[in-house]
Amino acid sequence: MTDLIGGLTTGILFGFLLQRGQVIRYDKQIGALRLQDMTIIKYMLSTICVGMVGVYLLYDMNFAKLAIKPTILGGVVIGGLLFGIGWGLLGYCPGTALAALGEGRLDAGWGILGMLVGAGLYAEAYPMLKNSVLTWGDFGKITLPQVLGINHWIIIVFFIFSTFALFRWLHTKKI
Amino acid sequence: MIIKQDNGWSPYFAGALSGLLLVFSVGVAGKYFGASTTFVRTTGMVEKIFGADRVAHMPYFIKEAPIIDWQWMFVIGIFIGSLIAATLFGSFCWKSLPNTWIEHFGENKTLRAVTAFLGGIIAMFGARLADGCPSGHGISGSLQLAVSGFIALICFFIGGMIVVRILYRGGDQS
Repeated sequence: MTDLIGGLTTGILFGFLLQRGQVIRYDKQIGALRLQDMTIIKYMLSTICVGMVGVYLLYDMNFAKLAIKPTILGGVVIGGLLFGIGWGLLGYCPGTALAALGEGRLDAGWGILGMLVGAGLYAEAYPMLKNSVLTWGDFGKITLPQVLGINHWIIIVFFIFSTFALFRWLHTKKI
Repeated sequence: MIIKQDNGWSPYFAGALSGLLLVFSVGVAGKYFGASTTFVRTTGMVEKIFGADRVAHMPYFIKEAPIIDWQWMFVIGIFIGSLIAATLFGSFCWKSLPNTWIEHFGENKTLRAVTAFLGGIIAMFGARLADGCPSGHGISGSLQLAVSGFIALICFFIGGMIVVRILYRGGDQS
């Protein structure tokens, strides 16, 4: 029960921030894909940078566990591209569709219905995909520090510097 | 309809606070953000009404059982949180057509509804195949420096950019 209340509370705060950051609008999501409005990139990279530092600090102090998803190239690449195609048509991702509906965007409702149907179709296709696409290029639960053989903080510092450089560049481009 | 001008918060600020929220969630509850598994669980619940036996034997619904869990409540919370913020700051309004869409495709609501519905089907099928969406892979995955998170995020954008290039070729109507 605490689990469920915790989930609800965290979701409410996240939804609040998504709405305030204005990242849930179709115009913003499509704007990023058209390279005309980088609001969602600024938002996502800010979240990632702060999250990266915080989560790895907790991890180093043994306060948190990582939950790494496996790198199965067949699934991640084909699924990722398919997701992108659907995202370009819909203009909302699963989380932001719910938030957009909360702002009164009715087209997000059609998207949510579509996503529920998509989940059902995937459940039908899963036994077949499990023995084919999901076996292609399975590298297990790998992280960048493992692959590169260097300490995670080196990558985190590099990532943050690159992000700041990108932000500055976006600022000069006014997008 | 007159909508009060609401420019929201800086995306850097809202993004950084979201990052703190995620760190807090991981530290306190051990939960990373994600959204797409919830759609599987919900569809499973709906399908159970029509055929509980069938759902009970489907491997994917065994893997992602049709139950209400932390993430399910999290996703409902996203809806509520956005509704609260939009109401509080006066930016809530019913709209079935986004501005960018109207500029390019006009005011046909059916065309938008069909495109959104089809887009939703493809997006969710892809997200399940990739094992995550922009929350699970894009944010939670890449901040843990997971290789899968970065690859997924890049593929999301490549797929999206291709579609948008086709949809919006030739500039806007007006």
